[in-house]
Amino acid sequence: MTDISNDTPARGGSLLVTDARTKRRNRAETRFKAYGIAALAVGMAFLVALLWAILSNGLTAFSQTYVQLDVPLLEEKLDKDGDRDPDKIAKVSTFGYKPLIEAALTDLVAREGIETELDGKALTKILSDSAAAKIRDRVLADPSLIGQTVSFDLLASSRVDGYLKGRVSRESLARDKNLDAAHLDLVDTLREAGAVEKRFNLAFITGADASDSRPEQAGIGVAMLGSFFMMLVVLILSLPIGVAASIYLEEFAPQNRLTDLIEVNISNLAAVPSIVFGILGLAVFIQFMHLPQSAPLVGGLVLTLMTLPTIIISTRAALKSVPPSIRDAALGVGASRMQAVTHHVLPLAMPGILTGTILGLAQALGETAPLLLIGMVGYIATNYPDGVAEGFLAPNSAMPAQIYEWAKRADPAFYERAWGGIIVLLAFLLAMNLIAVLLRRRFERRW
Amino acid sequence: MPPIWTALIVLVIAAAGFVLARARARGAARREARRLHSLLHYYGWTAAIYAAGPALLLLALWLVAQPVVTRSLTWPVLQAEAAEGAVPSLMMADVQRLAAGLDTAASSGRLSPEAARALPPEELRAVMADQGVALGSDVTPATRDAALRWQRVSGLGHLLRDIAVIGLALAGAAWGISRARPDIRARNAVERAMRGGLIAAALIAILSTVGIVLALIFNTVEFFRLYPAAEFFFGTTWSPSFGGGSELGILPLLWGTLYISIIALIVAVPIGLFAAIYLAEYAHRNVRSWAKPMLEMLAGIPTIVYGLFALLTVGPLLVEAFGRGGWLGLGWMQGGTAVMTAGLVMGIMLIPFVSSLSDDIINAVPQSLRDGSLGLGATRSETIRQVVLPAALPGIVGAVLLAASRAIGETMIVVLGAGAAARLSMNPFDAMTTVTAKIVSQLTGDADFSSPEALVAFALGMTLFVITLALNVVALWIVRRYREQYE
Repeated sequence: MTDISNDTPARGGSLLVTDARTKRRNRAETRFKAYGIAALAVGMAFLVALLWAILSNGLTAFSQTYVQLDVPLLEEKLDKDGDRDPDKIAKVSTFGYKPLIEAALTDLVAREGIETELDGKALTKILSDSAAAKIRDRVLADPSLIGQTVSFDLLASSRVDGYLKGRVSRESLARDKNLDAAHLDLVDTLREAGAVEKRFNLAFITGADASDSRPEQAGIGVAMLGSFFMMLVVLILSLPIGVAASIYLEEFAPQNRLTDLIEVNISNLAAVPSIVFGILGLAVFIQFMHLPQSAPLVGGLVLTLMTLPTIIISTRAALKSVPPSIRDAALGVGASRMQAVTHHVLPLAMPGILTGTILGLAQALGETAPLLLIGMVGYIATNYPDGVAEGFLAPNSAMPAQIYEWAKRADPAFYERAWGGIIVLLAFLLAMNLIAVLLRRRFERRW
Repeated sequence: MPPIWTALIVLVIAAAGFVLARARARGAARREARRLHSLLHYYGWTAAIYAAGPALLLLALWLVAQPVVTRSLTWPVLQAEAAEGAVPSLMMADVQRLAAGLDTAASSGRLSPEAARALPPEELRAVMADQGVALGSDVTPATRDAALRWQRVSGLGHLLRDIAVIGLALAGAAWGISRARPDIRARNAVERAMRGGLIAAALIAILSTVGIVLALIFNTVEFFRLYPAAEFFFGTTWSPSFGGGSELGILPLLWGTLYISIIALIVAVPIGLFAAIYLAEYAHRNVRSWAKPMLEMLAGIPTIVYGLFALLTVGPLLVEAFGRGGWLGLGWMQGGTAVMTAGLVMGIMLIPFVSSLSDDIINAVPQSLRDGSLGLGATRSETIRQVVLPAALPGIVGAVLLAASRAIGETMIVVLGAGAAARLSMNPFDAMTTVTAKIVSQLTGDADFSSPEALVAFALGMTLFVITLALNVVALWIVRRYREQYE
């Protein structure tokens, strides 16, 4: 009778037996679902691979090889006149300390009864270049040590450190002029004797960056301070400005051309590539306003402009979620609109605003590209800022910029530092996100 | 007096104005708040705002204007020398540094301005070096005179500034105190001022856009004055050399950008879309509650991490597979940095962008559509393919466009993962470079901002800005239009 029955194949047999077409459709259904699961699994696999790469490569940066050495601080080398005059002691440069270290190493080898073809000068290659400076600093701080034999924990050189961490092998040393297999034999024996050991490396977290030739000494502490001052600038500027702008747009703005323009602007600013903000910072803050290059202040200003849209968008959502009845009640008992907003709406929206601000800050903390343009890389952050004003204005690095800087250097020992730096950075981001989530859980209110 | 001190004094005056005005209002009301139009503290705030507002505004304007005025007043001294071919900007920089050095010397009492005037100009550089002030070149008599003039003019300017700002603050406070009368509507005045502040904050969003556009336009125009626009947009060679004679064609960079973005989207769109479909249509609530945040973690990881992942993990892995003597024995890849490396890693980064936006959009498709389709006997996958996806398509296209704009503007992954060679090649295992990577390489280092090699970065930035802005406007328009359809 109807056309339909002509198109569809007539169903014969039992309903309990699935026909070929139904089977095909069911297979397609299973396949489709499998695609979804596979896609999700691939996404998760990428996440796991990323985290695994970070942890497996970076955790080693938190331990470091030290050599325990009894160094005789000979009076005839360090203080010839014997009057402990700090000025005269300061005149002995790090070169003056090198023979002492040589002697101490030779002594150590002899005392442990180790046979090695290496002589004094070659022996010092297992130590970091910074060893002499460390001893000198200690002596300058306490001249009374001169004449005694003092035990020092000195950094091993990055090759030795890499050997203990499995990064450097005897084969890879064949083309390396800094260290031979003989050194590694020596390190093995010293390790058994307990003079060489791997230890937790606090200096990586608190320390300063070091020059190209001393990866073992490099730390992320100074860059962390740079990031801290930048975040301070971002917080101080973007929170009040962002909240004020959102209050205006959400509570007071009439629907007109100007507010439309502002709205479109904010949603587009949120999507402008970060590098463009770097160009803006370079052209406006450095070229035009002559603010100092590499300063956390400038970095903070650029990141503020980037973070503002994020904060405004989340603050508006928080304000919107406060029900109109609150405003109506306030207005009803005689408050002005401004009073209704500042006394009632804003306090109720505060948890949401703070959550959005923390997330915006976390985003700003990890941002690198604009910092490259305002000169926060290429700068070796070796000194802590001397004070608060210095902290804002003196050249510094920032955590992501420091990681980039390490990733660019030639010595693979710096890669370990870069991964380690990422762990520190991610720890901060994780903490900030956790705080945001907890804030949301604690104060979230369903109206 | 440094400006920060001036500002602090203004704030102290404002605080005093607050206390005095409140006291006066209280006196006028004869301790009976009912007689006043507004609450007591509003009278205080009126005075504080009158005192601090205009004064701080004047201070800010003065800080911006003074260097410009001083420069134009100092310039005549240097004019004769500038005519001989010296670079004006460098000369002015030297003059400013010398003036600053003279200031510190005068304040530490080592060199009074009179003594500096008497000193022969040749010796000034050495004297300044003692002060820790490094000068670019030897001091000429004109430079010295200009520096002394700069010092005098700016000193006078600072004095005038302090007098004007503090005077204005005092006048404002007095005016505010005089208006602490019961019949004055203090609350309305304060709220008007607050509202003005709110509007000003909202305008900053516009200001920063204007700042971006102006900074880009000025420098781009400057660049096109030095380098023909046609060669920039249609040139196929990119070989900047700071010695001159560079070829700055954007096409190889655009090609690299597009190639990497396409690979990234090929990775991100299927994975992101299928993940979103699964999460929205199939997944149990429990699975969804942990799988969605985990995917979104990928979006929260900073791009420098992805860059390092590309450089140190993915790149070497790909070389082992596709490089010379690799597992596949293809020998297609020369080094770890390649279009494929950057594209793959960028794809991973974009998965959550595609998945969360698509997830939202699929969830916004009304349940009645699904119920209708299922009721007619369609399987779930048929419902998704033939009903849900067509309904959600515009929104998904918007999401993909947003992801594309992200990919085009991404910097760190390509700086670390894609290489530095600008070339037009079809091989995805070649190193190529992108617009963003070249902006970084042209603007880091001590390039001077007058050479076309540095200025080209602004033209590149302008191109990037226009492309991403266009993509965004279109994407947001599509997404918004689509949302309205079902609301």
